[in-house]
Amino acid sequence: MTSGTLLYQITDYANRADPYPLYAELRRTPVARQDDGVYAVSTYWEISSLLHDPRLSSDARNRVPLADGSLPPDPEEDSTLPPSFLRLDPPEHDRMRRLATRPFGPPNCPRRIHDMYGELTRMVSGLIDGLDGREQADIVDDFAYPFPVMVICNLLGVPHQDEARFHGWADAIVSGLDPNPAEGPAERQRVAQQARTELGGYLAGLIEEHRRAPGHDMLSALATEAGPDGRMSQLELITTAVLLLIAGHETTVNLITNGTLTLLRHPEILDRLRADPGLAVPLVEELLRYEPPVQLLPQRTALADIDVAGTLIPKGSPVWLMLASGNRDPRRFADADRFDPGRRDNQHLGFGSGIHYCFGAPLARLEAQIALTELARRLVNPSLVADPPPYRQNPVLRGPRHLPVAFDGLATRF
Amino acid sequence: MSVDGPAATFRRRGRIVVVGASLAGLRAAETLREEGFTGTLTMVGDEPREPYDRPPLSKQVLLGKTPADGTALPRRRAIDAEWRLGVAATGLDLTEKRVRLADGQEVAFDRLLIATGTRARPWPRDAEADLDGVFVLRTSDDAARLDRRLAAGPRRVLVIGAGFTGSEVASACRERGLEVTVAERGPAPLVGALGGVIGAVAAELQREHGVDLRCCITVTALEGDPAGRLRRAHLSDGTALDVDVAVIALGAMRNTEWLAGSGLGAGPRGVACDAGCRAFDVHGIVTDDIFVAGDVARSPHPLFGYQFLSLEHWGNAVAQAEVAAHNMISAGPDRRPHLWVPAFWSAQFGVNIKSVGVPPMGEEIAVTQGSLAGRRFAAAYGFQGRVIAAVTFDHARWIDFYRERIEAAAPFPPDFTGVDRPPEGIRPVSADFPDPALPTHGPTVTLSGYSPSDRRLTFTPARA
Repeated sequence: MTSGTLLYQITDYANRADPYPLYAELRRTPVARQDDGVYAVSTYWEISSLLHDPRLSSDARNRVPLADGSLPPDPEEDSTLPPSFLRLDPPEHDRMRRLATRPFGPPNCPRRIHDMYGELTRMVSGLIDGLDGREQADIVDDFAYPFPVMVICNLLGVPHQDEARFHGWADAIVSGLDPNPAEGPAERQRVAQQARTELGGYLAGLIEEHRRAPGHDMLSALATEAGPDGRMSQLELITTAVLLLIAGHETTVNLITNGTLTLLRHPEILDRLRADPGLAVPLVEELLRYEPPVQLLPQRTALADIDVAGTLIPKGSPVWLMLASGNRDPRRFADADRFDPGRRDNQHLGFGSGIHYCFGAPLARLEAQIALTELARRLVNPSLVADPPPYRQNPVLRGPRHLPVAFDGLATRF
Repeated sequence: MSVDGPAATFRRRGRIVVVGASLAGLRAAETLREEGFTGTLTMVGDEPREPYDRPPLSKQVLLGKTPADGTALPRRRAIDAEWRLGVAATGLDLTEKRVRLADGQEVAFDRLLIATGTRARPWPRDAEADLDGVFVLRTSDDAARLDRRLAAGPRRVLVIGAGFTGSEVASACRERGLEVTVAERGPAPLVGALGGVIGAVAAELQREHGVDLRCCITVTALEGDPAGRLRRAHLSDGTALDVDVAVIALGAMRNTEWLAGSGLGAGPRGVACDAGCRAFDVHGIVTDDIFVAGDVARSPHPLFGYQFLSLEHWGNAVAQAEVAAHNMISAGPDRRPHLWVPAFWSAQFGVNIKSVGVPPMGEEIAVTQGSLAGRRFAAAYGFQGRVIAAVTFDHARWIDFYRERIEAAAPFPPDFTGVDRPPEGIRPVSADFPDPALPTHGPTVTLSGYSPSDRRLTFTPARA
């Protein structure tokens, strides 16, 4: 990407804390061709339409070389593992996703997430109890990170004590997703691929254990139970496990942290949430619109010439869908830059749309609802220590690296 | 007249009557209040209960998963209305602006919304229809009765008519482990709504799930025992079936009889209205104060040659009600058209079916994604070189793309390269709809443009 283009500025770390004015500028050209051949789509209706367009592929194997002759970077490429269903097109995608859904959601497990309510509440309460006696906490390290990690470990059947081992791999893999890293992309890619392979190896061992002694977790179900589509192959199972583990790690953290930050910037809404926990449901939806944890999808490829809003995206072009920008499109949302949990019409792009619609959405929603409600209820007089807080490097999975918050003790747990 | 005009005065002090207390009536009432109507609002409904949702009646309710009285429609807001439930409207006086009710009372209005919907087409012979064991499925009470009977474990259920309702009933019966025979006049299930190509897929689906599907056949008589219980059904091929339960699924009839003689353009095909939901009178003149919404309305649509469409679709009922309500309390220039692209869904035999556009208008069909053999596919319908409709089986997340194709009058056959392209490529074939002159179960979209049988007035052109 040529430095100086709007897209470059958006991915530039210097603008991480507030990319929204840049998105507003980008929307003036709904489909903006970058110098390197990338097409950035930034307006709501155009993004939404492309997310349902079968002419747009998620499979990196459909990419053609860029203007400079290089292929766009892809962290999953050349790995010893095949791509996860996130990076596949139908019909392979559909089959893999159906298999992954069997032990997770409807129609086979319609209540699985709902039934986790008590368990999630206990985890959140325990983490907040751990802040007792302190006057300041880092919402990321003390709360928003450990919580989803515990949840995804329990759900998948990954021993929580191994967390330290796969934390490093997860970090490296996610860095590889950074489309515009400060260091050389090649080195990042290499590290990310190696991490993915090592994590895969770790999970392969784990899957073998679950196959021998199945529990009530997803890995056990995926390894032992067959449906109409049969079972996943060993390699498919490993890539799916890597995907779920990473996604469980890296997105909800940002949703909860962005949520805490936004609430502390809007104390009147924090007060309302404290008084009415029912507000958590629309509040989390508004957060997904206003500060989505996944800001953009930089990995689609046009399979045909596609006319979008009067611009022709040529076959083979890389397409970036700027979800966070679409979420603030004033042609779609009235007063789009205002954080308003009372918004009635809120069909945001926070979880994407179409066949790749976030697999973990029901879980992410519940985690964020419980986490934010309990934080609001129990932290007495919370306030931001730094605004803006320091952000993580990644512009795709955007969120604060630390969120120091001061408070006057804890309210009692129910 | 107030300084801010008659529309504003009406918003404050007008009298609105909504006839029909189901999905469209309720959503219209909510929209009226939402948009600031503070006058009096009367809701008239012939059923004794408050508005409820019908799609679950042939699905979750028949599976015993949801009680029939557990499908109350969620309320968007309080509507502060006077409810006249359990009493049907029986007449309309356009001059005096009054609705006559079955209990002899009358309700005066300034503006009226007609949302009386449809009812199940009954079995044509009363004595047979009255047999114990013969059911229709339209209301919550119907569903409760049928669910009780299915739970009692009948030896065999006969479903007459393989449209969406009939197919969903058959699916629920199989899921409950009941033996079921489906008798369909047409050559395949769903053939009136989706054509023969898709009908063949639906037929395979039914047979694979153990349905005794018999097509190109009619039920000639239902026979009871001396106690008046259904025992046997006679078919047009000369065979007979021992059955305890028969579900009549022959489509819907529009509830317009109460408007006979009112001077409105109302008949068996519904109440004609303009794109702004204003009813036409029998002369084709648009009325000012009578509005229509939901299954009972038929309105012209520019995407479909300005033919009048009547839609038995959930989403249409909601969208049309919102437009009608908005227009009822808005001055002329602020009114909006209701230009809904028809869309509906069904769930049967474990498959999610969705459709957009007007499939029965299609001459050809082409599978564009997936495959018919795999029962997971998207297919587009073509009419005069453009895409006019689409259907998906377990491919619902692509449906928006096809809706956009229809809205853009995209060329047919579709020429795009996309994901999940059928291995043999995109090949159009005849959509194979039965001759519309032959009766079958009705489609859920009815095209009702000019028809000589509709002409009841003598045309006498003015002399120069």
